[in-house]
Amino acid sequence: MGFLFEQDNFALFRDGFLQTIELSALSALLALLLGTLLAAFRVSPVPVLRAFGTTWVTLFRNTPLTLLFFAVTFGLPPLGVHFSHLVFAVLALGGYTASFVCEVIRSGINTVPLGQAEAARSLGMNFFQTLTLVVLPQATRTVLAPMSSVFIALPRNSAIAGAFSVGELYSAQQTFSERGYSIFSIFFWVACAYLLISATVASFFRFLESRLAVAR
Amino acid sequence: MSLFQRQASASVLYDTPGPRARARYRLFGALGAIGIAGLLWYVVSTLADNGQFDADLWDPFQYTFVQQMIVDGLLATLKAFGLAAAFSLTLGALLAAGQLSDHKPLRWTCTAIVQFFRAMPLLILIVALYYAFFAKDPMWALVLGLTLYNGAVQAEIIRSGVNAVPRGQGEAAYALGMRKTQVMSAILVPQAVRSMLPSMIGQLVVTLKDTSLGYIITYNELLFMGKKIASQPLNAAGFPYIPVVLVIAPIYILLCLLLTALARWIEARGRRGANRRTSAAA
Repeated sequence: MGFLFEQDNFALFRDGFLQTIELSALSALLALLLGTLLAAFRVSPVPVLRAFGTTWVTLFRNTPLTLLFFAVTFGLPPLGVHFSHLVFAVLALGGYTASFVCEVIRSGINTVPLGQAEAARSLGMNFFQTLTLVVLPQATRTVLAPMSSVFIALPRNSAIAGAFSVGELYSAQQTFSERGYSIFSIFFWVACAYLLISATVASFFRFLESRLAVAR
Repeated sequence: MSLFQRQASASVLYDTPGPRARARYRLFGALGAIGIAGLLWYVVSTLADNGQFDADLWDPFQYTFVQQMIVDGLLATLKAFGLAAAFSLTLGALLAAGQLSDHKPLRWTCTAIVQFFRAMPLLILIVALYYAFFAKDPMWALVLGLTLYNGAVQAEIIRSGVNAVPRGQGEAAYALGMRKTQVMSAILVPQAVRSMLPSMIGQLVVTLKDTSLGYIITYNELLFMGKKIASQPLNAAGFPYIPVVLVIAPIYILLCLLLTALARWIEARGRRGANRRTSAAA
């Protein structure tokens, strides 16, 4: 267990940890933006946009994340697209997670009872008012629980990026095992780091849930 | 149509469109179609400009040994998936039984195991198993890792399914003098499995997708075979990475969609006939 504090091991571990957080945060941002846009497409009254959203979600939800990383890392450079490995990883992980975010938001909007929107409209509210004052506040509460599991899964999935040349926790684990430290003590520390990250995300969502909770 | 009936297309967000709204939707539809067509055209023309559709680059797929590699990879993927699915469902059932046990130490141990493996990145788990025990045989590292992670998830699904069976069912069974084992096996689990089958199959789709992690520990599954094909060019056309992705991704997507269709079919079948009565009970 003590190997972490020998030589420069701690610096390597810390850099990996920070890189994992950076990658997860950037991907989460991309996933949220893209996922909201796709969800807007999927609930829109325009059939073409709905079809586009459905196709995107079907394709990305059923493709293994490893294959997406593979496609982005090896498929884009021959097309003349050259970014850093981190940006490639953010594209793959963000695009993949966006499809899950989209499904969560869409099902959240669908759980709002039809009568709520009808009541709002009969009070004379326009589309924007109905959306922001009636539908979204109710949808947000039902969305929080499934959304938290999507965003707890995101840092776990980010480990795959380590196998595609991003220097995060997984690649720190690789380096340590190449240096010959016991796999169990490496696993212990890496496990602690991931548990810390998922616990932080989970408690953030619990905080949001308690803030937004209302007596119904 | 009666005056008070809602239209089938009624949505929580929009009123039934009138003539002006319909015209506006058509305009948005046309603009959206143009935008999407432009995007597709851009993607295809970029691929074509960089020679990704040249016949030479796709040539490898005409060789029998390359086709054989893809079939072998697919079979290896399905083998790992089959083993992992069977083991994870078994482990899930055992852990769920432990979590629902009346004995505190057993319950706590099983809950701790489930929570730990659910929070662990699967890749870290598989690679640790690979280095620690299965350096010679990556398939078992993959299968065992998938089993531990998905078993924990399946246990949570089964447990919540059993807890979601209406309370009166278990109470009535106890009142009839059944023992805990009888209540579980004859009353609660059959009802729980029926309602949880779609989620369990959904998790099997995740298991199938995660077999591609075998790529990282050099297990000969579909993606690893794809990498092998792509990294040894057979002619001067270069590395066929994009053709390989375009061949392999549809295989994965098709397999996952087949499993999802199975889940939908079972769900529809469960809603039909005699089960309609039980769902409303209690």
